[in-house]
Amino acid sequence: MDKPVVIVVGAGPAGTRAAQTLVHAGLRPVVLDENRQQGGQIYRRQPENFVRPAKKLYGAAARSATALHTAFAELLPHIDYRPETLAWGVVDQQLLTEHAQRVEAITYDALIIATGATDRIMPCPGWTLPGVFTLGGAQIALKAQACAIGSAPVFMGTGPLLYLVAWQYLKAGVKPCAVLDTSSLKTRIKGLRGLRHRPAILAQGVRYMADLMRSGVPLHAGIQPVRIEEHEDDDGLRVRGVTWRNSRGQLRHTVGDAVGMGYGLRSETQLADLLKCDFAFDATSRQWLPVTDVDGATSQQGIYMAGDGAGIRGADGAEYAGALAALRCLADMGHNVPAQNMTRLRKALEPMNAFRHGLETGFPWPWRNAASLPDETVVCRCENVTAGDIRRAAGALDAPEVNRAKAFVRVGMGRCQGRMCGLAGAEILAAARQMPIEQAGRIRSAAPIKPLPAKIRGIMI
Amino acid sequence: MSHPAQPVTRTTARADVIIVGGGIMGAATAFFARQQGLSVILLERDLVGQYASGTNFGNVRRQGRFLPQLPLANRSRTIWGDLPKLIGENVEFLPSGHVRVAFKPEDSARLEKYAQDCKPYGLDLELYSGRKAVERFPMLDPDVDCASFSPLDGHANPRLAAPAFGRAARRAGATVLEGTEVSNITRSAEDFVVETTKGQRFTAPLLQISSGAWGQKMAAAFGEDLPLTPKAPQMGVTEPVPYRIHPVIGYASWVEEEGVYLRQVERGNIVFGGGLRGTVDLAAKRAYLNPLNTVRQMPHLQRILPDFARLRVIRTWTGIEGYTDDDLPVMGPSARVPGLYYAFGFCGHGFQLGPGVGATMADLLATGKTEIPLAPFSIARFLKPPAL
Repeated sequence: MDKPVVIVVGAGPAGTRAAQTLVHAGLRPVVLDENRQQGGQIYRRQPENFVRPAKKLYGAAARSATALHTAFAELLPHIDYRPETLAWGVVDQQLLTEHAQRVEAITYDALIIATGATDRIMPCPGWTLPGVFTLGGAQIALKAQACAIGSAPVFMGTGPLLYLVAWQYLKAGVKPCAVLDTSSLKTRIKGLRGLRHRPAILAQGVRYMADLMRSGVPLHAGIQPVRIEEHEDDDGLRVRGVTWRNSRGQLRHTVGDAVGMGYGLRSETQLADLLKCDFAFDATSRQWLPVTDVDGATSQQGIYMAGDGAGIRGADGAEYAGALAALRCLADMGHNVPAQNMTRLRKALEPMNAFRHGLETGFPWPWRNAASLPDETVVCRCENVTAGDIRRAAGALDAPEVNRAKAFVRVGMGRCQGRMCGLAGAEILAAARQMPIEQAGRIRSAAPIKPLPAKIRGIMI
Repeated sequence: MSHPAQPVTRTTARADVIIVGGGIMGAATAFFARQQGLSVILLERDLVGQYASGTNFGNVRRQGRFLPQLPLANRSRTIWGDLPKLIGENVEFLPSGHVRVAFKPEDSARLEKYAQDCKPYGLDLELYSGRKAVERFPMLDPDVDCASFSPLDGHANPRLAAPAFGRAARRAGATVLEGTEVSNITRSAEDFVVETTKGQRFTAPLLQISSGAWGQKMAAAFGEDLPLTPKAPQMGVTEPVPYRIHPVIGYASWVEEEGVYLRQVERGNIVFGGGLRGTVDLAAKRAYLNPLNTVRQMPHLQRILPDFARLRVIRTWTGIEGYTDDDLPVMGPSARVPGLYYAFGFCGHGFQLGPGVGATMADLLATGKTEIPLAPFSIARFLKPPAL
């Protein structure tokens, strides 16, 4: 009998450890990677001819990054690795991929989805100006291209990435003008109950903050973004600074020429949706997530989730989750998997679940801001849909949930398919209709998950 | 017959007509029936215009239709132009023309014959052969053999049209109830009695079934069964590019897979559809698009519009359409039950007809007759003659 085909989607920490676990069991998994090189977002590699040392690129995580890169290099002869390959659709028991304008349909026996996460965006007036980046984007510029988003960046949002990226910029010689955090000191103290489950990571975060402060970077808590200011010169529109309110409601202004912005992460869940996996509303993160058990098994047989795609647990959590999902997959396929191996991984993940809860509590998604966004604020940048448009959908057009609002005013209908604006759009709709956010629902996913070239060839079916 | 509707309570109401199904057919009928002075209750299981009416391509096309359907399509076309006056919005209707292109001589011959045959119905088409076709429509592939242009046709936004009719009907005094699923319909001595899953009870002497792909089951309950196959259209849209392609372009081929079409909306995206269709789960109310069919559409779209190859597809979708065996709708009075009317099963070509169907059904409901010939669409064509 042929060996079963297991496809791992994603080659970050979760995907790599999943593939490794499958190889150890004697399988030869297909590993799909949208990127040019393995590593995912967190351990993204620099281009081949760049020579910055790992310590400089990954900071405190250099050892983990190098270990993951090395592990992957050892796997290469034993896996079917496909870089720059997009998994964009599903039909029957086939995953559809695109690479260099060539479509392929891969029949699978099991799928491990390790597609990670992107920044969660809360729009504010001016957020679509040139010079405003997501935190992830600001980090990619630095890691992959050794570029800064500006010479005087302001970092605004909330969550651990806010401080990590600001710290990375500082270390790269680009001193941030300020770090503006919407979470208050009060919520962070509440979050400690969960955060203390991973003392080393907590200490690391505190160190980032201390380093920033010691270097004279002002850190502000409990802020409310007002707008990102613009000015126009010969190069066109540019960022001039950020206007915000401090925790006492006083108007403040920080001068800067770029903004890195993000409010925690949102899981990339479109593949699970196309695979008809059940979703449930997660009240902690105010997101709809695929339903999984502790091992990452979804409601669909043979479909597993691992890493931040199933809920945000960070890079180490993703490594454990990737290995665990692969073991579960092997067990479900009838392989003899020692029970203690799975128990060990489940145990290792426990503090991470608590930590994740602590993060969401300590650095919450500032969902209340959605209700107060001025009508003219662009929310869906692909389709140029404003908060006022969404409120019109909610009111005059009587859209009871996000897909109806999308049908009426195009929010989430563009190139990114609501991946950027979907969560904020739902908050605005829910606030306008004075209903709980879960009633606003979630934007249904559709193929292609990301834009697909019309000039495609070669269907293998 | 225009007695006022009793006030709607939580559990019961009476009107002149109950319309089951709030797609574009039901919503437009509700609007025009109010214009005729009838009191109306429209019952929609989910949201107005959510299924085929909201997910179709958005073609406002007359050319190529079954000839005896043209009087209805012409009436509808007139209403499309009057929408801002009638319902207060234009639902992005662009009368920018519709062009059908053929690459094979036998397909060109069909276009030429149709252009002759539709003249008596008041539809004037312009034919362009070979090089002239590309001179007239420079975006087309130079290999085009024949282009048939219908200058007054065009396209509109299907996501907006039916809900706009629903809101206009409501403003005009119709009772439009969304999220209201019919569980049982019976006929008493003088009224139809419509019960819902929420336990409501509505009565009216007139009943219209306009529940699309779900219409067959309701007709069958009145002893008028017919074969109706649900199918899922293959729709998609590209990223936006500058607005240059004004007419709708359709590939006139009688090979199913080649039959693709496209239109560019003013904000720049190119909407496309056609070719092979996907499967439907009627009970779950879900249609499934086969993404491989999207891939199969690509070469044919590039055949008619070579520059399509430079774009990216950003989204696909599908819906639930009902197809009869003869590809014609069920429209008009019941053959068996007085007071019962049908407007469903529009076989993927109902969007253009919607406003005209609404006006024509309102004629029938209010007066029992209409000037629009409907004989070819009677449900009687599916009924077995009674055994002797």
